[in-house]
Amino acid sequence: MRITQGTFSFLPDLTDDEITAQIQYALDNKWPCSVEFTDDPHPRNVYWDMWGLPMFDLTDAAGVLAEVNACRKAKPEHYIRLNAYNANYGKQTVALSFIVQRPSDEPGFRLDRQDAHDRTIHYTLHPYAADAPPGRRYNGQQ
Amino acid sequence: MADTEVNGSKQGTKKKKADRWSAGVIPYAEMGYWEPDYQPKDSDILCAFRITPQPGVPPEEAGAAVAGESSTATWTVVWTDRLTAHEHYQAKCYRVDAVPNTEGQYIAYIAYDIDLFEEGSIANLTSSIIGNVFGFKALKALRLEDMRIPLHYVKTFQGPAHGIIMEREYLDKFGRPLLGATTKPKLGLSARNYGRVVYEALRGGLDFTKDDENINSQPFMRWRDRYLYSMEGVNRAIAATGEVKGHYLNVTAGTMEDMYERATFAKEVGTVIIMIDLTIGYTAIQSMAKFARANSLILHLHRAGHGTYTRQKNHGVNFRVIAKWMRLAGVDHIHAGTVVGKLEGDPNATAGYYDTCREMKQPINPVKGIFFDQDWGSMPGMMPVASGGIHAGQMGDLLHYLGEDVVLQFGGGTIGHPMGIAAGAEANRVALEAMIKARNEGRDYRKEAQDILKAAAKKCSALDVALSTWGDISFNYESTDMPDVVETPTST
Repeated sequence: MRITQGTFSFLPDLTDDEITAQIQYALDNKWPCSVEFTDDPHPRNVYWDMWGLPMFDLTDAAGVLAEVNACRKAKPEHYIRLNAYNANYGKQTVALSFIVQRPSDEPGFRLDRQDAHDRTIHYTLHPYAADAPPGRRYNGQQ
Repeated sequence: MADTEVNGSKQGTKKKKADRWSAGVIPYAEMGYWEPDYQPKDSDILCAFRITPQPGVPPEEAGAAVAGESSTATWTVVWTDRLTAHEHYQAKCYRVDAVPNTEGQYIAYIAYDIDLFEEGSIANLTSSIIGNVFGFKALKALRLEDMRIPLHYVKTFQGPAHGIIMEREYLDKFGRPLLGATTKPKLGLSARNYGRVVYEALRGGLDFTKDDENINSQPFMRWRDRYLYSMEGVNRAIAATGEVKGHYLNVTAGTMEDMYERATFAKEVGTVIIMIDLTIGYTAIQSMAKFARANSLILHLHRAGHGTYTRQKNHGVNFRVIAKWMRLAGVDHIHAGTVVGKLEGDPNATAGYYDTCREMKQPINPVKGIFFDQDWGSMPGMMPVASGGIHAGQMGDLLHYLGEDVVLQFGGGTIGHPMGIAAGAEANRVALEAMIKARNEGRDYRKEAQDILKAAAKKCSALDVALSTWGDISFNYESTDMPDVVETPTST
């Protein structure tokens, strides 16, 4: 399956040029970019690991892409996302967030159902990848 | 006090003015409800009414009558006014403007002291402002066009249970409008079939599906069964996509007790969002907003019934006022028009509604129909919802008119897709993401919208079929309700 989190998951994976155009849009809006990675794609896993701090002072799109590529090199089988952050009063939240790398195989999720009272069901979502410990999840790759 | 001679301002002749306190009937204007020199205080509630006086009634008197009847006055002089600081409690009509190019209509500006209203009560606010006065015989018609809610009064309301920012963080969805669909047919599906529509639409790519306003708990599908099957659909779709998704479970019912029962069960089965209809009333809406905040449920409001009083230009309440009240009352979503779809919506007036939902400060803007500066302080915004006769082929216009913080709801435009519901959902999601991507790349996405969609459709047969099915459907009827002021292009 293909996890469809992020702003552009229904489009073909973005090329580096296309990613650069999105970074430029963020920088033009004065939104600092950041790179995050994870091997736990549960939709409630909010805190992906940060690839360094948000790049508050980096205003060069090529520099941001270089960080994306450095993260890709270090974490070739992780999910990696690029975030742009809007710190303006009234927003102070993520403005754009999209996946820039996926593991080569995405096994998806198991849905566990626990029968409860009066026909209600408690649902639990379980990423198959999470059966292995962190760092050994996708093809045993860091 | 003896009778005094004053200039009759309309006729320019001298006439006898009755003593303010002599028993009987005297014009409202002379009872202190017309005060052209009044300087509104920062804490006053201000209203702009469109008035159509009966023949022979001067507009200032009509404005004063509205001020009087919506505050302290009754039809005759009462001595008990003298037991109060009546000038403080009297609403004051301080300005009357003729409506350009419209014979017999005026905009009356009225100021109300904040002391006239109970803190945090839409019911009290509206019982005063629109309580009696709309049936007043001296007026042929009356419409509440806009209100300035002072920040002092804004701060007495809870406001949206979560607001746009919290909703996006909760859903983990950024940088694009959200997508939804209302389950169709709106009546008659069994709970099991209903859940199928929810599952297909969500797994195909939508963020939300929705009960319709009149889906409550009918013989063909009781509420509890609907909730159970819908949540099976929601959870299956979450597992199929890895995304947070939700179905607006309508908790509208005949009594508050029933609504609390349904909302409590909705929470128990793990929904992220519930919905209510405008028809439940302002107090019930405020109660559900409290419940929604206390229980981490996003609160969707369907504006069922509003067209009966918002649509006609000369009488009723403009929707921008309803939107203001609902932001105070505390809903997270409100239907606010599409511009391009099947339901009423002038582009400029709709832009004004959207600003009312989302902005922290709104400047006066006659083109958008905004009569006052409005400061919302830090009260969160509501997510406007665009629903009714929209489809993937309109994505460029939708993004242009409605922006990014909006839920686009394609009901027929999802479920009516020839390849099935999931394909309909996919077509909408692909069209949306392609349009956002193109916009961010700096393309003139509105002008190039059809090219952008066609290029995306080459890699997505669902979108290709959607465009050939609905690509040229549009609803071009003239609006019945648009602002009085139109933008005139200037040559400079």
